[in-house]
Amino acid sequence: MISNLPGAAGLRQFGKYAQLLYQALRASTEISTYRKNLFQEFVKVGYESIPIIFLVGIFTGAVLTLQTAYQLDTDIYPSTIIGSIVAQSIVIELAAVISALVLAGKVGARISTELGTMRVSEQIDALESMGFNSVSFLVVPRILAGLLMFPILYTTAAVFGILGGITAGALDGILPAAEFLEGARAFFFESDIIFGYIKSIVFGFVITSIACYKGYYAFGGAEGVGTATTQATVLSCIFVLLADFALAAILL
Amino acid sequence: MIEIKNLTKSFGDLIVWRDVSFDIQDGETTAVIGRSGCGKSVLMKHLNALLYPDEGNVLIDGKCVFELSYSELRKVRQRFGILFQGGALFDSISTFENVAFPLRYFTEQIEDEITHNVNEALSMVNLQEAGNKSTSELSGGMRKRVGLARAIILKPDYLLYDEPTSGLDPKTSDEINELIVNMADSLDITSVVITHDMHSVLEVSDKVAFLDEQKLSWFGKTEDMKHSDNQNLLEFISASEYQINSKTA
Repeated sequence: MISNLPGAAGLRQFGKYAQLLYQALRASTEISTYRKNLFQEFVKVGYESIPIIFLVGIFTGAVLTLQTAYQLDTDIYPSTIIGSIVAQSIVIELAAVISALVLAGKVGARISTELGTMRVSEQIDALESMGFNSVSFLVVPRILAGLLMFPILYTTAAVFGILGGITAGALDGILPAAEFLEGARAFFFESDIIFGYIKSIVFGFVITSIACYKGYYAFGGAEGVGTATTQATVLSCIFVLLADFALAAILL
Repeated sequence: MIEIKNLTKSFGDLIVWRDVSFDIQDGETTAVIGRSGCGKSVLMKHLNALLYPDEGNVLIDGKCVFELSYSELRKVRQRFGILFQGGALFDSISTFENVAFPLRYFTEQIEDEITHNVNEALSMVNLQEAGNKSTSELSGGMRKRVGLARAIILKPDYLLYDEPTSGLDPKTSDEINELIVNMADSLDITSVVITHDMHSVLEVSDKVAFLDEQKLSWFGKTEDMKHSDNQNLLEFISASEYQINSKTA
């Protein structure tokens, strides 16, 4: 039977995921249903993630500066090259990807656990039985918050990443802040920032939609919620990396 | 009136029940009984199309719920109030807000009207003081009563109770049974009670549907149940009586 072929289960899962996204797209017009939840999700996905993204940015930039300095012989290259490499790596790649991997754990796990618990405790059935469109009420605001808040978090990670690099370079006596910024400006392209924003939007969608899907269809009590959360986090990380590669291949 | 016609449901290879048919008359309270895992709650979730069958229909006032568009279905669902097994309260909001929840989204009521209606619903379930509590502070019985207050807040035509007395002490169970009878009388509601608590069945129901061996094994008036020639039903009743007697002996 076709349903027993290898990969059939994965295809079925993808079909169900696509169906949920289609329902979410249709339900996105019911703004009055999810308006209140949307603002709550902005806070949970965006505002409450700023402290961890701040730390991720600062330390990524600082470590990258120290390691770049260690790997480059600055007798051959000008020290400003460190600023160029660190700033461009952060803007193009690290601010978006490392933030996304951290947020897959923080935001993705929260969403899948929340929805999974609502599913197994029949709260989603209760919503539907009252006449609510549960997809509009629960899924749409979470995905929209991902699409709109991840670019802001990316900006935060990039700014603090560069600040971390400048600080580490200055404190360790590798290069002064002015040289770091001179190097950063020398290879600055606006398209790099646009590329970073595209990545952050795609990652925001991947993480929130997978978490919603896994949580919304969770089953089997506390263990089922645990499984859904684990799968959501692992799948989000995998698809963030795949999307990162695909975007680099297409856009660079 | 709810007409259940030739309903068949399976999950994968597991057949829950086949060819289930019976009618639920307006104003009556019908108990659906059977052993644990026989598909009572699954049957309940077909009445407002929270689940869809493999075959068969459920007609509400002559309209098949499985053939309605989603927007039509949502209107039909608003005619139902459901008391879920664990209450299914939203744990991110207070008790008051749980009961007020449908009013805020489905009515144009101003805050004073909402407060009045929520307090009225909470007093109907004897929980006037619980409005400000968070749902985590509520006991099992209180959660069910708050769930019931939320279920009746939009004044539904049909009330579905999923295991309303399970996990409760005998006194609280009696209070819930009393509430079910009061709701049916005072609000003129058609009720369906999913239970395996025979004491509850005898207290609240006009008719009984007995699910057994993957089918509707018996359907009739509550008072006729003990005179039935259905051996499995009689065993189910006597097992319940034995449990009650052995606990009180």
